[in-house]
Amino acid sequence: MVRKEMKMEFTSQSENEGFARVAVGAFIAGLNPTVDELADVKTAVSEAVTNAIIHGYDQKEGKIFITCQVAENQVEICVIDTGCGIADIEKAKEPLYTTRPELERSGMGFTFMEAFMDEVWVASRVGEGTRVTMRKRIGKA
Amino acid sequence: MEHRFEQATGQLIVRMPREVDHHSSGQLKQETEALMGRYPVRGLVFDFRDTVFMDSSGIGVILGRCRNLRFAGGRTRAIHLNRQIQKIFQISGLHKVIDVEL
Ligand SMILES: Nc1ncnc2c1ncn2[C@@H]1O[C@H](COP(=O)(O)OP(=O)(O)OP(=O)(O)O)[C@@H](O)[C@H]1O
Ligand SMILES: [Mg+2]
Repeated sequence: MVRKEMKMEFTSQSENEGFARVAVGAFIAGLNPTVDELADVKTAVSEAVTNAIIHGYDQKEGKIFITCQVAENQVEICVIDTGCGIADIEKAKEPLYTTRPELERSGMGFTFMEAFMDEVWVASRVGEGTRVTMRKRIGKA
Repeated sequence: MEHRFEQATGQLIVRMPREVDHHSSGQLKQETEALMGRYPVRGLVFDFRDTVFMDSSGIGVILGRCRNLRFAGGRTRAIHLNRQIQKIFQISGLHKVIDVEL
């Protein structure tokens, strides 16, 4: 089984959100995703990276790491920050739950990640950071 | 950001950017708010004809403006959504709050 991997590291400016989506999208192109599958993955990546920037680093500078692996017809993506961490992960994942309503956040990021990917795991520790791992089978339809 | 205001109907039509994300949404919000202050807006239309991508950042921008306009009795619409944006509207329930035309 051929396994391909890529890693990237970038600073937490909002300009890099688009860059992260495009880079992951290009990396998984070899799996021949449909237009919809590609859009699903890009949306999930955008949500995780935006969360790292807004919540993890509270819009201050920090580093974001993405690892992406493809094997057979599956993609696994990890988005990691070393920011503030999440105290209550179950609560954070609830639809419409947000700690930043004043920034007009809607509390839908985790809901989208779960809707667009097959599996989502969140590991986090307060004061240390957050790792979101997402998996999706490509071409199952 | 391109926009058009129709005097006769009080409709403000806003052309959404190519990608609506956290990076673009700050300016989008500011410009839309400024236009809503400048014109007697009775209806707000978000036109997604140029937009290929939107994430949760767009929801807050749309809902926030929609609420502000509703206080003044105005309605908000979204038009020309691609499939990815339709999914965002459906999963978030936004399609129940504002009128959508594909
Ligand atoms: N990387 C992170 N670091 C710290 N806190 C996080 C992180 N990701 C998410 N959170 C917390 O989880 C909450 C829910 O995240 P989610 O993405 O679902 O909603 P949101 O970011 O608040 O709103 P939206 O994504 O709709 O703009 C956030 O409000 C924040 O408190
Ligand atoms: Mg979010």
